[in-house]
Amino acid sequence: MDPELKFVDIAAQPYRQQQRRDDLKSFEYSYRAEITSIYPLTEMETLYRIQIVDPEERNRFVFTPGQFLMLELPGIDEAPFSISSSASVRGEVELCIRRVGNLTNFLPRVKRGTHVGIRGPFGTGFPMKEMHGQNVILVAGGLGLVPLRSPIAYVMENRSHFNKVNIVYGTKTPSQLLFTHQHEMWRKDDIDLNIIVQKADRSWKGPSGLITEPLKEILTGKDRDYYHNTYAIVCGPPVMFKFVCNMLNEFHIPMQKMFVSLERRMHCGMGKCCRCNVGSTYTCLKGPVFDYWTVMNLKEAI
Amino acid sequence: MIFRIFEKEELKKLFEVFVAHNRVVGAVEAGRDRDDQPVYAFSDVSDYNEIKLDYSITKLPAKRFFLPFKEELATFRIENDNWTKDISYNIDRPLILFGLHPCDINALNKLDKVLLHSVYPMPYYAAKRKNMFIVGMNCVPQPSCFCRSMGTDTALHGFDMFITDLGGRYFVEILTNTAFNFLRHIRTMEPMEEDHILYMKVVEKRKKEFTAQVDTTDLTKILDMEFQSDVWKYWGDRCLACGTCASVCPTCYCYGVEETVDINLKGAKKTKILHSCNLIDFAEVAGGHNFRPERHSRLKYRYYHKHRGFVEAFEESLCVGCGRCGESCLAGITVPEVIESIRADGKE
Ligand SMILES: Cc1cc2nc3c(=O)[nH]c(=O)nc-3n(C[C@H](O)[C@H](O)[C@H](O)COP(=O)(O)OP(=O)(O)OC[C@H]3O[C@@H](n4cnc5c(N)ncnc54)[C@H](O)[C@@H]3O)c2cc1C
Ligand code: SF4
Ligand code: SF4
Ligand code: FES
Repeated sequence: MDPELKFVDIAAQPYRQQQRRDDLKSFEYSYRAEITSIYPLTEMETLYRIQIVDPEERNRFVFTPGQFLMLELPGIDEAPFSISSSASVRGEVELCIRRVGNLTNFLPRVKRGTHVGIRGPFGTGFPMKEMHGQNVILVAGGLGLVPLRSPIAYVMENRSHFNKVNIVYGTKTPSQLLFTHQHEMWRKDDIDLNIIVQKADRSWKGPSGLITEPLKEILTGKDRDYYHNTYAIVCGPPVMFKFVCNMLNEFHIPMQKMFVSLERRMHCGMGKCCRCNVGSTYTCLKGPVFDYWTVMNLKEAI
Repeated sequence: MIFRIFEKEELKKLFEVFVAHNRVVGAVEAGRDRDDQPVYAFSDVSDYNEIKLDYSITKLPAKRFFLPFKEELATFRIENDNWTKDISYNIDRPLILFGLHPCDINALNKLDKVLLHSVYPMPYYAAKRKNMFIVGMNCVPQPSCFCRSMGTDTALHGFDMFITDLGGRYFVEILTNTAFNFLRHIRTMEPMEEDHILYMKVVEKRKKEFTAQVDTTDLTKILDMEFQSDVWKYWGDRCLACGTCASVCPTCYCYGVEETVDINLKGAKKTKILHSCNLIDFAEVAGGHNFRPERHSRLKYRYYHKHRGFVEAFEESLCVGCGRCGESCLAGITVPEVIESIRADGKE
């Protein structure tokens, strides 16, 4: 008998990318993807269209609205971003990125055609199919509109499956408004769009105030049937969704029909680094999309 | 389970069989502390005389052999605008861990649950874990050990063989075929009825030697109920937010990732660095918002993760009661005291 232990080489195993969730070798694997378009939106935010290079991998990359991915620039950083585009397009995503730190400040320097790495999709999404036949209210504060663009695209592509659809969108100033080039398009698709800014400037013709004001208007005076058959999707800064969710609650929108997307620090997206924990729940696995009942049961969530 | 008995001098022979062809890590004396007591550490060993079979506890766990403080997740080769990502799991040969105590074996079993047996298994850990041969060894309970309260004072699995000192001879539990084959190289015997009786006596005696304990009954609920308790502030005010507790803990695995470009600009690295939830930036996000800015909220989170979240997910706590964090904490914060105080606060 040979008393030398045999080396087990995990790296020699083949990739099984389809089963990313239980495949050892997929852990650090990133899809090579190309930045095909760079579209400036505001002073701080830019929209990047990114396409997976390999056609087969492109075909395999399927996500649900609300999910996020990890974007990697070799040597610079890797960070999570919500997928901000239609889930019916395979292998191509749009990310709307605000400049805030290491990676996001480096991004404006890269050119169209640059190759980046992406891992994912990760996390939970909005249950769009469950919402068929119902009313939908999408409430976004600031950058919160970014993850909502994917459910909005879904609603537009399947408009006949939804009853009344409202978007309530608020930012601090008019100059921070995102996707202004698409607002008309949403409206034409019979989506009611209410925009409100906290601080108006001279050019601003719309209302100013808190996001809860237009929301209250929408909710007031509806019948029981409306409240019971309405889904709400809420994204934005923590202070905002506390107020918004409280209001939705007051109008008896069922808690399990209210969805929020939480943001936490993330370094893996796979339930390993623990940086994203809320209480002891992994935002990257059980979230970022949670129903409100779950959020109420999480310690330190809001 | 298969049991064997062997004479004391056979252990040296077994060690020599191990070391002849394999990398062996065991507890050695690394120095002396202020009271001239030996300080033990896990280290590569080639000489049997270096190994301290009767070591009390090591200051640091064997973690660096399966969750190194710093580890490269990937390297990049950069040429002009193009790059290639190379992934290595940073291990090329098996490792024998010689003389692990039950707490440290149980720590591996717990880590397995989250790093191997849940969604997105981690290959860096798996590669090391699958190339690990473990020789467990019984210990003498220290004043700071509360493993008995955590149900980790004995190891039921997670080792290849486990050796118990019966005084004159060794009693060994054999869990794997590999272990059985290794033991063929030394002289072993079937244990007799009197060996079994002797083994029971040794176990009974050890059981009585535990002094520290902590009541974990209903702890998950108590942690929830006492989430806003001022007791956390009391401990938070003492905590130095140094992160030592996590680095000496055999079950703490949280980390951060950093990317750096090589000086020659031809390569880049993605490095995983173990972190500690007590450090200020643990839950800080870009733009400056910190989800846990106060020390007490971070300290509370550490207990919450270990004694509630992990229990919820895997029906056991992520603490093996080794007492290392309490022994190393400059502020004197120990797990039994913290848990006792939270429980006491609830009783008021
Ligand atoms: C689920 C999710 C979706 C997101 N979607 C978007 C989006 O669509 N658009 C957008 O502009 N931003 C989004 N963010 C925030 C984005 O991840 C941060 O802006 C980004 O991590 C900042 O990285 P940096 O390297 O520029 O900053 P640095 O401060 O240098 O960050 C270093 C590292 O810390 C971590 N980190 C820091 N801040 C955050 C943060 N806010 N969230 C998570 N990890 C962080 C990352 O791992 C990052 O690599 C999202 C965050 C999450 C969790
Ligand atoms: S070792 Fe003690 S002082 Fe340091 S972070 Fe841990 S509990 Fe706080
Ligand atoms: S928390 Fe402390 S006592 Fe528990 S396993 Fe970690 S170091 Fe040991
Ligand atoms: S992002 Fe690492 S555990 Fe959630």
